[in-house]
Amino acid sequence: MIEVKNLHFTYSTGIEALNGINLTIDDGEFLAVMGQNGAGKTTLVKHFNGLLKPTTGEVLVDGISTRELSVAKLARNVGFVFQNPDHQLFSETVEDEIAFALKNFGFEENVIKKQVDWALNLLDIVQYRKTSPFMLSGGERKRVALASILAWDPKVVILDEPTIGQDHQQKEKLQQFILQLNAQKKTVVVVTHDVEFVAECNPRVLVMNEGKILSEGLAEKILTNKELIEQASIVPPQITQIFLELIDLGLPTDVIDVHEATKILLDRLRKNS
Amino acid sequence: MSVFEGFKFRTVTSIIHKLDPRIKFFFVTVLFVMAILFNTLPALIVLFFIPLPFVFLAKVNRQWLRSLRGAVFLAVFIFATNFIIGYFYPTQSTEIVGSVDTLVEYIIILERSTAMTLRFVVLIASFSIFFLTTSPDHLGLALQQSHIPYEFCFAFTTAVRFVPVLADEAQTIMDAQKARGLELERGNFLKRVRNYIPILIPLIVNAIRRSLELAEAMESRAWGASEKRTNLYVLKLKRADYILAAVSVLMLTIAIFIWIYIPIPSLTQLLSL
Amino acid sequence: MSVIETKELMYTYPGATNSSIQNVSITINKGDFVILTGPSGCGKTTLCRCFNGLIPHFYNGTLEGEIVVAGLNVVDHKIYEFARHVGLVFQNPENQLFALSVEKDVAFGLENVAMPRDEMRKRVDWALKITGISELAERAPDELSGGQQQRVAIASVLAMQPDIMILDEPTSFLDPLGAQTIFEVINEFNKKLGITIILVEHRLDLAAKYANRVIVMDDGKIALSGSPKEIFTSEEARLIGVGIPKTTKLYQHLLQRGIKLRDVPVTPDQAAKFLREVLMHD
Repeated sequence: MIEVKNLHFTYSTGIEALNGINLTIDDGEFLAVMGQNGAGKTTLVKHFNGLLKPTTGEVLVDGISTRELSVAKLARNVGFVFQNPDHQLFSETVEDEIAFALKNFGFEENVIKKQVDWALNLLDIVQYRKTSPFMLSGGERKRVALASILAWDPKVVILDEPTIGQDHQQKEKLQQFILQLNAQKKTVVVVTHDVEFVAECNPRVLVMNEGKILSEGLAEKILTNKELIEQASIVPPQITQIFLELIDLGLPTDVIDVHEATKILLDRLRKNS
Repeated sequence: MSVFEGFKFRTVTSIIHKLDPRIKFFFVTVLFVMAILFNTLPALIVLFFIPLPFVFLAKVNRQWLRSLRGAVFLAVFIFATNFIIGYFYPTQSTEIVGSVDTLVEYIIILERSTAMTLRFVVLIASFSIFFLTTSPDHLGLALQQSHIPYEFCFAFTTAVRFVPVLADEAQTIMDAQKARGLELERGNFLKRVRNYIPILIPLIVNAIRRSLELAEAMESRAWGASEKRTNLYVLKLKRADYILAAVSVLMLTIAIFIWIYIPIPSLTQLLSL
Repeated sequence: MSVIETKELMYTYPGATNSSIQNVSITINKGDFVILTGPSGCGKTTLCRCFNGLIPHFYNGTLEGEIVVAGLNVVDHKIYEFARHVGLVFQNPENQLFALSVEKDVAFGLENVAMPRDEMRKRVDWALKITGISELAERAPDELSGGQQQRVAIASVLAMQPDIMILDEPTSFLDPLGAQTIFEVINEFNKKLGITIILVEHRLDLAAKYANRVIVMDDGKIALSGSPKEIFTSEEARLIGVGIPKTTKLYQHLLQRGIKLRDVPVTPDQAAKFLREVLMHD
């Protein structure tokens, strides 16, 4: 469980990035953190694995304050997948890359081997085991980065803007993958500005603006709240945009899913005739 | 990093900032020459005060002091070295008096060491003002108008432009690897050096990728289209520049005159010890 | 009138075993706003690089077939000769800005072609104004947001007054509002200045409403070409993996259930309009 109590954070340059955040993330939750670029989303999640420590306030991971633990210790339970895989790839082979964290955490040789095999299979990159990560395409490198974080099976997985630069099919696969992680009882936190992605996954949504939490709740309530999305400068999902236009016809507005939208419209048409 | 803060350009404007970098550089070089010519304390104290009005006019007091603070370590080293050498290898003035045991000799050596240290400080102080009040842009322009080939000027300004970008990237890479259990502080010297490999490799690889992208962008914007490039900005000498140039020449002339004809007494001689 | 014409274009990067694009024959006409899309690795970026001479002159490798851009045969002319006709904006805004102030960056291309200073000044101010960033003229690039940086890159390219502007996934690093701003700006260029636009994009839902043409590539070849409506309702596009906007998907779902809207909607506004007609009708 992650608890954030009255978190304030100011960068050394003097920029106040977080202005009083209070939040609880239960085990096994799926949370999307949304907001404009600069709202403080990445700054917030970097507190969960100790990369940033609160200026004032507290962040507790499983009851222990992050101030008392090193990043390496926190990382054991909180995996952080960075936006750009090229910020972490450095090994000669994909195998070594995946084993890196496992070695750092002091796992035994046979456990490392087992976990590497498992991670390679999980991300469907077994054929690249002995390949240099630098020889792979962008999408493949992303999978290697993901594999190298999941290799040690952390309880919590944080993904920072995972859909950037991905084509449609890659996004779909990623979506399935994230839902799968959550189904396996992992706590998943995704920082994203991709509304359609969030609309399809339908997680709990946290909306941030200027270092504060504007609101939080289910995706279908948050992404359809006109004042909220305007304040947070978010573009609502296309389906929502359509229904907001038709609000005067008395149709529900908290619709984000295509299938639900179809059903509602068909029902209305049947009622009309 | 704090000593570098004393040399980093700030986007402030003042009369000093507006001066032509070539003239400023000439002025600072004159100070440098004067500091070399004179080695007696009273002269160097005078020299130290010359840059001060410029510091105030340029409103860079705090940063300038920081550069001096950064120089403290070296200054102490210079002082100590001179003092020790003066003690073990007495020069004429002390020989005249006899052995190096009397208070007067100590004072002479003390004075000489202080003078040497002050000379160093004057150098740092003058060059610091130059860098604090000259934007890298202006510097690049000055280099260009001094007929240095454009490729070098471009390399210079581009390097300056990307220093903060690379610094940020280095920080991100460190964060990403820390989040995989890398502990930079641990281990003996050899292990610590090895720990930096996961930081250096992505940094270097990304720097290479970046320069490739830059090259593409340059080519796409007609790099190499014409032998003679024109320039949006041009440095024109204004009245203030001519005044400063005249002042510098005057200072230099007076200094050389004094140096040849007027011996400046050392402090101890002044106090007729 | 065609501004770009290729005939059976094929290119292999140096040292590669397979060609990145094969058999590409397309014609782009003046004033077109083309969206070029397709799964990662389909060759769209490679094709764009052929349009301004980066391929073959910067990347070397083997280029076969014919390609004529702005009346010039790409193989026979140097890259800088194309800079006047074709502007290329890249994905990462950071790596396109090399100067220490915005206006110096915008002037970069003009300095390269030795434009006289007075004319340059006018051109820079014009480019900044049209792109809506005049107030950023003296700022340093690292003080700007990603969206602002990308607009500077666009202004720098615009300053050369090209007939064709190619943008390779320019909004990848931007949030949706930032992306919308970019698309609105390039749409202005297309509709008001008559500049032909080729936009490589995955985010079709945001960009579709400006385009008159969508070209889908797959595995190095041209798979489909048509109007946005045609492509979005094409089964083949869906199979290739093109991200069909939800608006059009809604249309298709309704169609499957026997409800036909007046026309295929490409934007939420259109969909709402067509739905209103159907809902009020009964």
